[in-house]
Amino acid sequence: MMRTYAGHSTAAKSNELYRKNLAKGQTGLSVAFDLPTQTGYDADHELARGEVGKVGVPIAHKGDMHALFDGIPLDEMNTSMTINATAAWLLALYIVVAEENGIDQAALQGTTQNDILKEYLSRGTYAFPPGPSMRLIADMVAYTVEHVPTWNPINICSYHLQEAGATPVQEIAYSMANAIAVLDGVRERVDESLMPKVFGRISFFVNAGVRFIEEHAKLRAMGVLWDELGRERYGVEDPKLRRFRYGVQVNSLGLTEAQPENNVQRIALEALAVTLGRSARARAIQLPAWNEALGLPRPWDQQWSLRIQQVLAFETDLLEYPDIFEGSKVMEGLVEELLEGARAELDIVQDKGGAVEAVPYMKAALVDSHRERVRRIEEGEQTVVGINRYTETEDSPLTADAEGGILVVDRAVEAGQIADVERWRSSRDEAAVLDALSALARAAGNEDENIMPATIAAARAGATTGEWSQTLRDVFGSYRAPTGVGEAMAGGGNEELAALRDEVERVSEGLGRKLKILVGKPGLDGHSNGAEQIAVRARDAGMDVVYQGIRLTPSEIATSALQEGVHVVGLSILSGSHRELIPLVVEELREAGVDAPVVVGGIIPEADVAQLREAGVDAVYTPKDFDLSKIMRDIVELVAERHGLTAAA
Amino acid sequence: MPSRGEAPSGAELGRRLRERDLTAAPAVLNLVEHRAAGGREQVAALLREVSPAVLGGEAPAHIVGVTGPPGAGKSSLLSELVRAWRADGRSVAVLAVDPTSKRTGGALLGDRARIATESGDREVFMRSTAAGDHLGGLAPSTRAAAQALAAAFDVVVIETVGVGQSETDVADVADTVAVIVQPGSGDVLQFLKAGIMEIPDVLVVTKADLGNIAENAVRDLSAALGGLGAREVPVVAVSSLPPARGIDELMEALEGHRSRIDLEARRVRARRRHALADFAAEHGERGLRALGGRRQAQAFLDELAPELDVPALEDRLEERARA
Repeated sequence: MMRTYAGHSTAAKSNELYRKNLAKGQTGLSVAFDLPTQTGYDADHELARGEVGKVGVPIAHKGDMHALFDGIPLDEMNTSMTINATAAWLLALYIVVAEENGIDQAALQGTTQNDILKEYLSRGTYAFPPGPSMRLIADMVAYTVEHVPTWNPINICSYHLQEAGATPVQEIAYSMANAIAVLDGVRERVDESLMPKVFGRISFFVNAGVRFIEEHAKLRAMGVLWDELGRERYGVEDPKLRRFRYGVQVNSLGLTEAQPENNVQRIALEALAVTLGRSARARAIQLPAWNEALGLPRPWDQQWSLRIQQVLAFETDLLEYPDIFEGSKVMEGLVEELLEGARAELDIVQDKGGAVEAVPYMKAALVDSHRERVRRIEEGEQTVVGINRYTETEDSPLTADAEGGILVVDRAVEAGQIADVERWRSSRDEAAVLDALSALARAAGNEDENIMPATIAAARAGATTGEWSQTLRDVFGSYRAPTGVGEAMAGGGNEELAALRDEVERVSEGLGRKLKILVGKPGLDGHSNGAEQIAVRARDAGMDVVYQGIRLTPSEIATSALQEGVHVVGLSILSGSHRELIPLVVEELREAGVDAPVVVGGIIPEADVAQLREAGVDAVYTPKDFDLSKIMRDIVELVAERHGLTAAA
Repeated sequence: MPSRGEAPSGAELGRRLRERDLTAAPAVLNLVEHRAAGGREQVAALLREVSPAVLGGEAPAHIVGVTGPPGAGKSSLLSELVRAWRADGRSVAVLAVDPTSKRTGGALLGDRARIATESGDREVFMRSTAAGDHLGGLAPSTRAAAQALAAAFDVVVIETVGVGQSETDVADVADTVAVIVQPGSGDVLQFLKAGIMEIPDVLVVTKADLGNIAENAVRDLSAALGGLGAREVPVVAVSSLPPARGIDELMEALEGHRSRIDLEARRVRARRRHALADFAAEHGERGLRALGGRRQAQAFLDELAPELDVPALEDRLEERARA
């Protein structure tokens, strides 16, 4: 199956895009939701500011869902939804839209990503604490197995673990641990006789990096472990139900902002990792766009990615042979090695009480792996073409136009969506919605009840995404995931770092107290890799570091900066909402009386840099600034300058 | 404002705290953390403004020390306590002390991420500080900060990491020390029995949702306390998972302790220890020897008038060391 991950602005605009993609030969839909929808806020919530329609489509109620699939026959469609914390809600909306179009829910086909553990570990769009979140997942699996039998209720994602820095061994072990936690949860909620069927419905969403031989071995190893798990832990006898089914999106972490055209060959090679050997071949492939490191891809960029797949599938002889690695000693050896490592790591996680209990451990381990990766690239041990080698380049005609070669979401979208959700709320049967929400709260409070029927009833009554989530937040409590940075190993002793520490000490003496930095992530963007690495490196450089994790409002960041008395504020943002959020943060900081310099890192197009500088930002860093030590030196110098302390000789 | 020369003076900040101006807190912390020349006089001026003589009695806040090993659930518990204090209408300052990396000299101050407060609530102040080189888990500035903020806030919490030693330091500053115990770990039990740690004012067993293990921990700790003749020390089991449990009971235990103690005596002792700690930080082992050693110095301080504030006590120590 071939599809591209898409959705933006509004339901109507996204619908147009889907129809176009279907006409071009795409065989399924992959829906990208915006961050407020993913984290359970309506467009008019404070945290939604700057994020509405940015990384996907906003869906606030069944009316939006109707518009999204207008004219698309749901019973013929295979729809993949990248949705996790609020997956139960979005599936409910999908079911209600089908129902109102006269389609039985049993006919629906598709996937909800619904993997919450990787949200705590990597992607950050969680809404509830781990316990209740795992219950929501178990409820969904139990519900769909019975009522929507060809739906894949969960897609265990190792993809995001690799994006967060996981080694192949960690990727295998943590995704298996995750699957075990889900299956053990479902086991308590369904009849034991249904377990083989449940097992067979679990699919995976994996990553494939550019080291494509090892990556292929990784997938074979996952197949072996999965088969073992089915047989031994869950007593699944039918080998068909034990098949390791996976879809793939190839690696985005390795895509570069510098010389972005090179990403095309990276993507093609990564696609080979998941297609080369038939016995571990992906069932669905999503390729990122060549310019993903720059911003949101346009339809043309997505077409290019689709064409890569089509060339591989229909021009080459890739699909004509049986498994080409059968009998290969090298491949077998690689698989064996990965299996051994993964089993040992899986044992550690299980010893800690399983994947849910081990979230802090896994998070810290990932932060450490990523730190190691960054170090290897910085010190030239790992080559990234265009980044640390072969950096000279001709001017690129691809990024020459004014927009920098990316799609920019119209800022009117947010206001439109806010007006729309207000209109929706005032035109529905309010009493019916309130009834449905209190029934939902009751179901949530009763562990033995499946939450899906009450959720579907609320969707039918016209409740909004924000209302559904708030009802559950009130029952389940709120949660902040571990940041993993506190446990990260103290970094190495190279000379550069030692010199930096001397400089930090010198400036600290001049300041009268230790140089203190606040690392903040404003908005709903949960991609915290960058912020975590900056926090850990600043600590290693001898600074005092305040890092609060993700999802902060501008005023929360300003309050922290004021109360903590920091000398510099570093902000990280990757969702494309920097244009709105960064000036707001600066404004709030100044209003609070904090005049510390502000630096910003993230996926920020060249065209936006000037605007940010104008808003009061002192420095802007993008993915091409891979040398963290240099960023640290800049920061120290900035603080020294601001306080009139002359720089080191 | 965390920069450039226009910072308010210690005396002015002290006056603002006396008027219970909570917005003075960030500048107060910047001041007490400032190590450069001239900083000490400013801190002395600040402390004089909030001394019992000027306040007309001890500062009104309840100074609570919360200490325990990493991972015991201190931060989740503090989130619940802060919520409960706020629900009572009390203002809260949290001074969180995090360890400093020995290898790099840097510190990751993680508590802000872990302690959840209502966004925009101006009556909660939180500051994280690195312990620096100081063993025992207390940053040198924390004593001064706690003393100063106690004039303005209703509750001042000092949170430190560790077990076995850190609670000793915290006990020098706090009215009430709560030691946090994770069920099943056994460290605190051993340390208590072996006399490695002093007997705390309140023991808190976290993760009560785990059921049996937590109940066993409560029983073992109570038995140990009984054996040490400290049966009156409350052992409270709490759970921070929603719905949180045991928080009201813990609040009562903390309040109960505060109402039983001789507050003035405890604060006088705190000021004396504070003065000695500052003196030791300034003059080191050699300075202490000039006073005839730590115990001699303590005995000397114990003879002085109880109403002396910290700067005055420090002056006396300086004089004696010179004599």
